[in-house]
Amino acid sequence: MLLDLQGYEGTILAGAWITLEVALLSLLLAVVLGMLGALAKLSSIAFIRWWATLYTTVIRGIPDLILMMLIFFGGQIFINEFNVTLNDWLNEYFAGQNPNHEWTSYLPDYVDVSPFFAGVVTIGFIFGAYMAETFRGAIIAVDKGQLEAARAYGMSSMMVFRRVMFPQMMRHALPGFGNNWLVLLKTTALVSIIGLEDMVKAAGDAGGSTQMPFTFYFVVALIFLVFTAISTSLLNLAEKKYAIVSR
Amino acid sequence: MNAIPTLEVKALHKKFGQNEVLKGIDLVANQGDVISILGSSGSGKSTFLRCINLLEMPNAGDVYVKGELIQMKPLKNGERVPANQKQVEAIRARLAMVFQGFNLWSHMTVLQNIIEAPVHVLGIPKKQAIEQAHEYLNKVGLYDRRDYYPGHLSGGQQQRAAIARALAVDPEVMLFDEPTSALDPELVGEVLTVMRKLAEEGRTMLVVTHEMAFARDVSNKVMFLHQGLVEEEGAPELIFTQPKSARFKQFISSVY
Repeated sequence: MLLDLQGYEGTILAGAWITLEVALLSLLLAVVLGMLGALAKLSSIAFIRWWATLYTTVIRGIPDLILMMLIFFGGQIFINEFNVTLNDWLNEYFAGQNPNHEWTSYLPDYVDVSPFFAGVVTIGFIFGAYMAETFRGAIIAVDKGQLEAARAYGMSSMMVFRRVMFPQMMRHALPGFGNNWLVLLKTTALVSIIGLEDMVKAAGDAGGSTQMPFTFYFVVALIFLVFTAISTSLLNLAEKKYAIVSR
Repeated sequence: MNAIPTLEVKALHKKFGQNEVLKGIDLVANQGDVISILGSSGSGKSTFLRCINLLEMPNAGDVYVKGELIQMKPLKNGERVPANQKQVEAIRARLAMVFQGFNLWSHMTVLQNIIEAPVHVLGIPKKQAIEQAHEYLNKVGLYDRRDYYPGHLSGGQQQRAAIARALAVDPEVMLFDEPTSALDPELVGEVLTVMRKLAEEGRTMLVVTHEMAFARDVSNKVMFLHQGLVEEEGAPELIFTQPKSARFKQFISSVY
């Protein structure tokens, strides 16, 4: 039987759950960064636009794998350096206030960046840049008259966004958003390289010990397909919900 | 009797870059006034209307709604912005605008469009807002179309729905920005009929328009703008029959 998993079913399922967790958390981060990036790109302040353009240009111009390595290794160095510096600074400050002050670690001196955290941050960061482009296009596509009418009837900027801009931009954003999500979901496979026990890593390990790599990677492929198929149908439902009726 | 005017505008100026579009416009609208604002394109008439509810920020001049001054503060670059955004939002809700391009919210049905500002801006309970909306829908003749999306309506129906949306906030002044200019000729009449009805009910209305018949027959004041200034104004029966300004005379004859 091709799909006899030799008792590794549980490991693969646990890995699938981690894959899903990484993907959903990254998506959340990507949506937040994407929305901020899109608003920044449309800002009237040149300085803010410049930073947003730098973000999307740099992120989109570097391979995902390289970015993941940079954030995994570089992030660790950066966080620890930062914590040490901040601890020193705080201790010096309090010693200045109180001569009897004893040196304290306000922040941990050494943080081990977990592959899970690094994976979520990296993927969130990468797809934040793609989402920013998607959302920017969607915001531009909303007819200005719609927003003007909202303002003319006394809505605050927040309310204009919530009641008119958001529901109308969704229609334009959903196709791109859906694409980004599918690519994001598949990009989680990269996190296994930095040691995360996701389903790709689990399949690799199980395939190694059982000498059946094809079987396990085939199962992983099927699980990805299930995830993406479910996503696609949910996205179709969302597109129906936000579709605007026109003649 | 010196009642406070419903709307008063004093010495309104507006520049777009170096281009001075409005060069000091005054206007007083009392309760029930219907004022038609005429002018050829580029005369600044739409900009004037949009400065009143601050969709454009006037560079100088004051706007009072029922005696309340809209507070502005100057910026370094010579532009002005509202000193108090909350005040502007509150005032905008008392001045309802009807746009040339209708601008009904396309993701909402007609009924949802009408109750949107009453419920979410004015905080009226939804049930009550819907009851009132039915009344306005009847008034504009769209009760049976209340669950349609704007995209399924003709231009004339959309504009009537937009008028119902404006009525729903029970505004002190209704601002009409060329309400019939985007309509096919055969649809203009139904919108003008509704507007005429509102005028008869005593609504205070400012109407930027090219409809000479409406200006002459429905409004009680007419204002003719030319190159950012009031070239001629007065009661329609007077200025249409005895225009003082040569430009206005020419304008009337070119439009008729």
